[in-house]
Amino acid sequence: MFIGAIGCEPLQLKRVNLENSHRLDVYRKNGGYEALKKVLDGMSPDDVINEVKKSALRGRGGAGFPTGMKWSFVPKDNPKPKYVVCNADESEPGTFKDRYLMERDPHMLIEGMLIAAYALGSQTCYIYTRGEYRYLIEIADEAIREAREAGLVGEKILGTNFSCNVYTHTGAGAYICGEETALLNSLEGLRGHPRMKPPFPAVAGLYGSPTVVNNVETLTAVPDIIKMGGEAYQKLGTEKSGGTKLWSVSGHVNRPGVYELPMGYDDMEKFIMEDCGGMLNDKKLKAVIPGGSSVYIMPAADILGKDVRMDYEGLVAAGSMVGSGGFIVMDETVDVFESTKNLIEFYKHESCGWCTPCREGTDWLVKVFKRIASGEGRPEDAQLLLDICDNIEGKSFCPLGDAAAWPIQSAIKKFPEDFKRHLARLTETEGALT
Amino acid sequence: MLIAERFIMSSQFTPNNPLPQEAKVPEEIARFSPEVEAEIERHLAKYPPERKRSAILPLMFIVQRERGGYLDPPGVAYLADRLGVRITDIWEVATFYSMINTEPVGRYHIQVCKTLSCKIMGADRITEQCSKRLGIKPGETTPDGLFSLSVVECLGSCGTAPMLQLGFDYHENLTEAKVNELLDRCQRGEYQPTVGVKTSA
Ligand SMILES: Cc1cc2nc3c(=O)[nH]c(=O)nc-3n(C[C@H](O)[C@H](O)[C@H](O)COP(=O)(O)O)c2cc1C
Ligand code: SF4
Ligand code: FES
Repeated sequence: MFIGAIGCEPLQLKRVNLENSHRLDVYRKNGGYEALKKVLDGMSPDDVINEVKKSALRGRGGAGFPTGMKWSFVPKDNPKPKYVVCNADESEPGTFKDRYLMERDPHMLIEGMLIAAYALGSQTCYIYTRGEYRYLIEIADEAIREAREAGLVGEKILGTNFSCNVYTHTGAGAYICGEETALLNSLEGLRGHPRMKPPFPAVAGLYGSPTVVNNVETLTAVPDIIKMGGEAYQKLGTEKSGGTKLWSVSGHVNRPGVYELPMGYDDMEKFIMEDCGGMLNDKKLKAVIPGGSSVYIMPAADILGKDVRMDYEGLVAAGSMVGSGGFIVMDETVDVFESTKNLIEFYKHESCGWCTPCREGTDWLVKVFKRIASGEGRPEDAQLLLDICDNIEGKSFCPLGDAAAWPIQSAIKKFPEDFKRHLARLTETEGALT
Repeated sequence: MLIAERFIMSSQFTPNNPLPQEAKVPEEIARFSPEVEAEIERHLAKYPPERKRSAILPLMFIVQRERGGYLDPPGVAYLADRLGVRITDIWEVATFYSMINTEPVGRYHIQVCKTLSCKIMGADRITEQCSKRLGIKPGETTPDGLFSLSVVECLGSCGTAPMLQLGFDYHENLTEAKVNELLDRCQRGEYQPTVGVKTSA
């Protein structure tokens, strides 16, 4: 599988293709832990937060929240211990970038977490990794052990007064535990139900203490931001979306993989047709889900010849979202009714059951999809699907409900003919498909 | 407090969330070797002393590994005792997470990813092939207890689809030939799948 940068110098993927890139000596030989040294040598916590603010780094877990701002919400006068938690739950269908960052460059994550901990006055970091990524937990444990032996983790790091521990923690198979408050419940040993916000984790998170939860890719961007300066990092991307972004490309392309692109890469069509090696078996492009299963599906007509810019603003303008960067390419053989059914089955399975609209709604949606698939669809079923979505979207306790509704809403809107085909008995004038 | 008392103190299981078959009041409590106890200690040491419960998932994986692949009643009793929580607290958590088994599973647990990227790259073919060769449907275990087959949601191998996980091992870019070879090796007893989390730090 391809892993590398297109349209920029590799930054986060600088070391991933080196031999033994997961080892401390290789990391250090290639610029590793220099940022931590720079921070401990003379930057104040506020200096660090300011650089991150200047970098225009936005959270790579899906929501795109400005990282520097999130860090500045942590109250300084709170006497409780503070926590940095890395979200390595990576379960959004189509997303697999964090996996390769942790497999190939675990020290970059440790360094990023240590810098975050320094900036936030924290002495304890947890890496919450999805249970299926067991081998990554072992790699991270080994990296932590190496770093501890080298005086980079633990007491008095690099001989300074800064002490900080980093621990791995395992999930056990639950997509919802990627949602930050559900993750914190899970880390406390509870069922992974989301919590009410506010209070936000920055104020009351793990064990009721101020906590910053950041995605792997967000934290691994931090060492380079410190080294090159926030402004230089921002300039790699656009004004509002700084730096580079990893895209996990899967589906019907010749060269799936993890691609690092500058934010604002200006042509999605070129990205698919050239950078990713073009369409598999020379089939025609039908649709792309650009940011993980939760974002709106884009028909080929909205991509080809449209110069779609790949950053937060560009994708919203083009009718979708960056999300987690899980870029799923589908060719003309895919039936969008079927692909949407597949995704709603995922959301039904992963609904945590805490709130009624999502628990009952996703169950009902699957029932209707199954009915249509079995040829028993009713003319009003497309409208029924949209009505159920209306009753989930914005009315659920956490964003998983919205994430279940969006793919259906956009699929019915953008690919009515795929739904029509299954609703053969649909009369011409009825329903949402007319 | 007696284990039985703890159990009776609270029952949070509703008709929709029935008590698992095995959730009887355990008669015995599991015991582990000093090595396993040391491993458990290492996990407990990661969390503040008054927050032992945080270690519940890591410990469940260990107990599962040591007790034949699932949380049996003595294993559950051990967890409740070790973490200072009620038996029901253990069940409450165990039933939430799909990787925690509350019933026995086959020695070779084959989990084929069925989510979109795998689906469009031929996941159904892989499931069918496994199903045919093993003579079981997804969700079933072979009568000899050797194989279990499941279809699961995205495992983060979408770029190397289709894929399956066997124990904790990833098998990616699957073809018919690769699946056959893998099953052959299992049937000949030549394949040792990784089971259970072992962590050091
Ligand atoms: C249902 C759901 C699943 C999520 N899954 C993940 C995930 O697997 N990994 C992740 O980093 N963020 C995930 N998030 C986003 C987190 O809630 C949170 O916003 C993120 O970890 C914050 O980090 P960031 O600011 O660095 O992006 C998920 C959110 C929701 C609502
Ligand atoms: S929206 Fe779904 S996942 Fe979120 S709290 Fe409600 S039931 Fe749970
Ligand atoms: S869809 Fe199968 S691994 Fe992601």
